[in-house]
Amino acid sequence: MIEDSWTALRRHTAARIALGRSGASLPTREVLAFELAHAQARDAVLTALDVATLRGALEADGWAVSEAHSRAQDHAAYLARPDWGRRLHVDALATLAALDIKTTDLVIVVSDGLSSTAVQQNAVPLLRALRPLLPQRLTMAPVVIATRARVALADEVGEALGARIAVSLIGERPGLSSPDSLGAYLTYAPRVGRNDAERNCISNIRPQGLDYNAAAQQLAALIGTALQARLSGVKLQFDPGRAIAG
Amino acid sequence: MSYTSRIGIRNHLFRDLRELLAKASPLRSGDQLAGVAAASREERAAAKLALAELPLTVFLEQQLIPYEADEVTRLIVDSHDAAAFAPISALSVGGLRDWLLSDRVDGAILTRLAPGLTPEMVAAVSKLMRNQDLILAARKCSVVTRFRNTIGLPGRLAVRLQPNHPTDDPKGIAATILDGLLYGAGDAVIGINPATDDPARLLTLWRLLDELIARFDIPTQSCVLTHVTRQIEAIGRGAPVDLVFQSIGGSEALNRSFGIDLALLGEAQQAALSLKRGTLGDNLMYFETGQGSALSANAHHGIDQQTLEARAYAVARAYSPLLVNTVVGFIGPEYLYDGKQIIRAALEDHFCGKLLGLPMGVDVCYTNHAEADQDDMDNLLLLLGAAGVNYIMGVPGADDIMLNYQSTSFHDALYLREALGLKHAPEFESWLQHMRIVDQAGRLRDSRGGDALPALTAFAEAAS
Repeated sequence: MIEDSWTALRRHTAARIALGRSGASLPTREVLAFELAHAQARDAVLTALDVATLRGALEADGWAVSEAHSRAQDHAAYLARPDWGRRLHVDALATLAALDIKTTDLVIVVSDGLSSTAVQQNAVPLLRALRPLLPQRLTMAPVVIATRARVALADEVGEALGARIAVSLIGERPGLSSPDSLGAYLTYAPRVGRNDAERNCISNIRPQGLDYNAAAQQLAALIGTALQARLSGVKLQFDPGRAIAG
Repeated sequence: MSYTSRIGIRNHLFRDLRELLAKASPLRSGDQLAGVAAASREERAAAKLALAELPLTVFLEQQLIPYEADEVTRLIVDSHDAAAFAPISALSVGGLRDWLLSDRVDGAILTRLAPGLTPEMVAAVSKLMRNQDLILAARKCSVVTRFRNTIGLPGRLAVRLQPNHPTDDPKGIAATILDGLLYGAGDAVIGINPATDDPARLLTLWRLLDELIARFDIPTQSCVLTHVTRQIEAIGRGAPVDLVFQSIGGSEALNRSFGIDLALLGEAQQAALSLKRGTLGDNLMYFETGQGSALSANAHHGIDQQTLEARAYAVARAYSPLLVNTVVGFIGPEYLYDGKQIIRAALEDHFCGKLLGLPMGVDVCYTNHAEADQDDMDNLLLLLGAAGVNYIMGVPGADDIMLNYQSTSFHDALYLREALGLKHAPEFESWLQHMRIVDQAGRLRDSRGGDALPALTAFAEAAS
């Protein structure tokens, strides 16, 4: 096996440089390291969200919790048909209607998305950090745990509950070195058919990325800004960097 | 006009050319998502039978998107070369498949034919071809392009060195370039996908690449893969731009969603040509495409994704590009569900592009939500190598830490060279030998980086 002599350059990048080689091929340790990373990313995509555990943790923190699921019947359908993952199953619509909420300022939808790992690990601590930053007068619907859900599913949830703002906390498509990245997508006046240009996004929420406190500050500031401006998306003037400094 | 195919007691009806093509297309999730795929396997087989009987001239008479409504259609119709088409003008789609695969049809014949083919003809015949047919027919084509080296010669394989970094850190990018060069990658282009679109930071990247290529006298070219308007602006400000990059698609509406039209591409090409930076040739456009992008931008006009992809090649060939590649597995499982669909799509795209006269490369890649893994990519690489792909990507360890997907690694290129005996672009091979990175046979030397290492390391450490 041939080791590369420029391993010192690794300090400049997380890219997999100076891996060495055995003939034309990767050394055994690198083949197995890659397979482990890919396995973790695949598990994040394919493992079903443990809703009961997540619900228990949220309720222990004092959140009211409801549940919903999309029109995707199984995980394969969920991956192949994003259009189904954006819409509530008819049973879920009935569950939300039974909450009997006519209007509310905010609904938070915690969705598995493409990484149940991200949601299982990061949603509870993020919401714990967020709660004290939200204004006292803000009215909130129960946190909705949504499964086989895409970002836009939160729009239909928000519409069903008459929410001024819907926030989707959702597992992002996992990278090899980041299987646990959570995203937060905010839509003002959510309703079915909103497009991505009408949302604001805070990305890479995880301990090794944007940490919970910083993410919570950005999200609270974003909620405040959107309520004041009565809009969200590309037209909203919002600088997440300033939100932290402020 | 409608088309029918009788299978036993069932009569399958296809209302128009779009439906016939879509239902004849091999199964893929993107066509199902668009609602244009065949409803059953028999219906797909019936569509292929009907398509095989279709005279090629039908594609000159009927347009999938009306001439008046779409500038890509106008480009296809207006640039069609009837004289080049003449040798196959009496053939059906099925007849074209047999003709392409016949012993008497060679590369020279296919080069002369290319301007006479429309993307719809090529897409149609690909739907009747098995993977092995796509490989053998593409292998006959030779599309050679030049800027500072020669890409696409038979028996050669080039690699795009793709040194991306999540914050565009110059030292991180330079360290990755060093890694790639010492593994013998970078003859197709050294091309960065920037995280930023800030003009000042983009200029830093162009200058970094320009200094590197000049300092070490590397016979290759650079590219910063930002939007074409940013590149035109940069040329106006004196940035050292070698290749102009742009993502393109097969309908006017899709190109608008990318913020481009044909006139803008022409303007960019002229701006880059005015810099006269090529030493061996004037091929300086670099295009990327990929099945499914039109549906994702809601610009698909009810056409299947493979046919639309072929139409994107009609856009590309109008600008004599140095490089075209299909980013085949990047788009995700809702368009190409698994390794089988990704492999099929890559072979189709490579075949269609080559037949239309394009210097095709393939980004052999997948995302973590697709049902695919490294073994699928190993298989696809070997198939594309056998098909004569002009170039592939080179990403350290196959892990692009900026775009968050898995492409092919520097080691993967070594594997393909070793398995199939493929050499580097000739000028780049000479440079690698001169730098004592590879031996006379083109194999990496066991010298832990050759004589170039100290100077390259100093360059990377000083990058800013």
